[in-house]
Amino acid sequence: MEVLIYIVPMALLLGLTGLAAFLWSLKNGQYDDVEGAALRVLKDDDLKR
Amino acid sequence: MAETLDLSVFVKRQDDGTAHLDLAIEGIDCAACIDEIEGGLCRLNGILDARLNYTTHRLAVQWQEGAIAPSAIVDELQRLGYRAHPYRSRLVEEEEARRSQWLLRCLAVAGFASMNIMLLAVSVWSGNATDITPETRDFFHWLAAFIALPAVAYAGQPFFRSALNALRAGRTNMDVPITIGIVLALTMSVVETINHAEHTYFDSAVMLLFFLLCGRYLDQAMRRRTRSVAGNLAALKAEVAHRIDENGEAVLVPTAALNAGDQVLVRPGERVAVDGVVLSGHSELDESLVTGETVRRATVVGDRVYAGSTNYDGTFTLKVTAAGNGTLLDEVERLLESASAAKSRYVQLADRVARAYAPVVHLTAALTAVGWVMMGSSIHDAVITAVAVLIITCPCALALAVPVVQVVASGALFRSNVFLNSGDALERLASIDTIVFDKTGTLTLPEMRVANAGAVRPDLLEAAARLALSSRHPLAAAVAQEARERRPYEEATEDVGQGVRAVVDGVELRLGSPSFCGAVDPEADAAGKEADASVIAFARGDERVILLVRQVLRPDAFETVTALKALGAECRILSGDRPGAVAPIAAALGIREWRGGMKPAEKIAAIEALKAEGRKVLMVGDGLNDAPALATADVSISPITAADLTQAQADAVFLGDRLAPVLDAVTIARRARSLMRQNLMLALIYNLIAVPLAFLGHVTPLVAALAMSGSSTLVTLNALRARATKARTLPETPSPTGTAATVPSLQGI
Repeated sequence: MEVLIYIVPMALLLGLTGLAAFLWSLKNGQYDDVEGAALRVLKDDDLKR
Repeated sequence: MAETLDLSVFVKRQDDGTAHLDLAIEGIDCAACIDEIEGGLCRLNGILDARLNYTTHRLAVQWQEGAIAPSAIVDELQRLGYRAHPYRSRLVEEEEARRSQWLLRCLAVAGFASMNIMLLAVSVWSGNATDITPETRDFFHWLAAFIALPAVAYAGQPFFRSALNALRAGRTNMDVPITIGIVLALTMSVVETINHAEHTYFDSAVMLLFFLLCGRYLDQAMRRRTRSVAGNLAALKAEVAHRIDENGEAVLVPTAALNAGDQVLVRPGERVAVDGVVLSGHSELDESLVTGETVRRATVVGDRVYAGSTNYDGTFTLKVTAAGNGTLLDEVERLLESASAAKSRYVQLADRVARAYAPVVHLTAALTAVGWVMMGSSIHDAVITAVAVLIITCPCALALAVPVVQVVASGALFRSNVFLNSGDALERLASIDTIVFDKTGTLTLPEMRVANAGAVRPDLLEAAARLALSSRHPLAAAVAQEARERRPYEEATEDVGQGVRAVVDGVELRLGSPSFCGAVDPEADAAGKEADASVIAFARGDERVILLVRQVLRPDAFETVTALKALGAECRILSGDRPGAVAPIAAALGIREWRGGMKPAEKIAAIEALKAEGRKVLMVGDGLNDAPALATADVSISPITAADLTQAQADAVFLGDRLAPVLDAVTIARRARSLMRQNLMLALIYNLIAVPLAFLGHVTPLVAALAMSGSSTLVTLNALRARATKARTLPETPSPTGTAATVPSLQGI
């Protein structure tokens, strides 16, 4: 069961990465306009301009 | 727009030579609006960035300083079909936004920690049943401690701070037993880990924190949404005034830019935007929003005028006085102070429960420890069992019982166009048995309407209404409400003090005083002598028609009052208007108890008398004169058109022309109260089962985890039933004059 010594911290590290990503997105204002984001994705302004 | 609005007070200048303006936008209803607004503005020269927040309906614009005037942005939006109102973010709202971000960060940390610790805990539980080695178990316990301690230190702050504040003030609240429970659970778990024991409670402590934070965050999100709508409405209501600058020229500025001592020009038909003293000129003022009186008051030089009055036919200049300097305002503020002090004594249901709960729980834990020692077990076992009692009674379900219902119920109120100003208003609303209405602007619509619209031929009425669009006179504004096509006739000319005329298809149209239109009707003259109705005449060629303009009841006032009575609430009217004007309204609504001509202090006395009879009073009012009465009553509601000071006192504010939101508020609040009581019962039953188990030492971490999450889920699910409250107890009737447009469509719902 020595493998746990490596596996468990790795699992923790992965979880921490997820947490860090969430905190970053929160700080970055990704949740400021939730409804708008859902509609903006449908715009095709990236096709030509 | 002939005049340009000076928006410079709202523009934020940045160091890099760019300027920034925040606007609240009215009229956003679909996804295409995003493109239309942002694309349209970016085509203007000098605009660097325009970003619309679709959730809050706010637009942030940045441009190169000096490249474009801020008013040009507003004009361009107007051209695109949106009304924009400069918006200055208020301190409270920013504070709420910061707090909700903080709670979300705490929630994320607690969520991460509880998932990882649960992973370790489940391994230990299954290992204990099979063949886990003590070394592996210790390793897992240490890991759990390593995650739990920093996570709780960070994510538990909202509770620790609130508990500390309560203790410092010499009170207890729900957060005190929560904090004690969490801290003890962690301490005991660490001690047990050091002693290589089988059981730790890291998972319970962190999961508890996660559930509680969910409740806190939802509560905060709800409050923030209400605040952001309130902020937009404030921007929408913000008025403009003509300030006279040094050169004697009138410049249109937002009232926020006015200072005491400024001179302001008030033209016919305008709303007076600030308090002041008349310097020159004379006019008649409609002060119904201030005093409830519907008869106009003549003003001369030296008179005080109050914000919210409507100017009739004259033009005058006034000097702005600092807020709260007026004699009427002084009295209102003094009355308000004493009334608000009395109200803050109300104790919320949750706090009442917490006060009783905390001592009982801590006593039970102490008894457990003493009992186990007396029965001959070791101090160690006795303490462990006592702590288990504390953990299992940590009021998770109890702390969720009330806030979750509040969140769900205020969501239901939101959909009925009612916004709560204070969290405990729901409980107070639920217990009312007497409703006191103000008349002017509350039972009646805030603006005047044509009373005999049904008796006039529709094509004549339409022509009169379209002609009225060209006039600034307040009576004409009432007639203009009837217009279906909101396009004014071309080349209409206004004769000040007389009326307005235009030639359409070779026929002359006139709207104004009966003599101006050549219509002298003895019957209309008689009607005109009733002080609360004004006569306005319309002529098309040889045809003449007389329109009566007066305050009319809200379209569903009768149905709402009847339904409220059916709910067991006694309805009364206390009005500042003359008794002669109140009587017909009371008769039409079937309200027997009414009084007119009341001063603010008399309204307070009347409400105090009702309270002394043991009644719980709901006051519904809008005037400045109602503000102290609103604060005196047990709970209060204002329409959104109310005076600012009044609205600040109200526990709830409703939108729109209908009175039904008052009924909805009472129904939803009663439903919410019964759900809160059910939830508290559920939490109590949970404790009645769990505490004896803990006392006997049967509570393992697994049992604690199941019991806590189970009871929390049950309470939350029960609270969700408040969503199903049928808010619409009245049939939906279209308002007769198509006035739905007066309901601002600001909130993103």
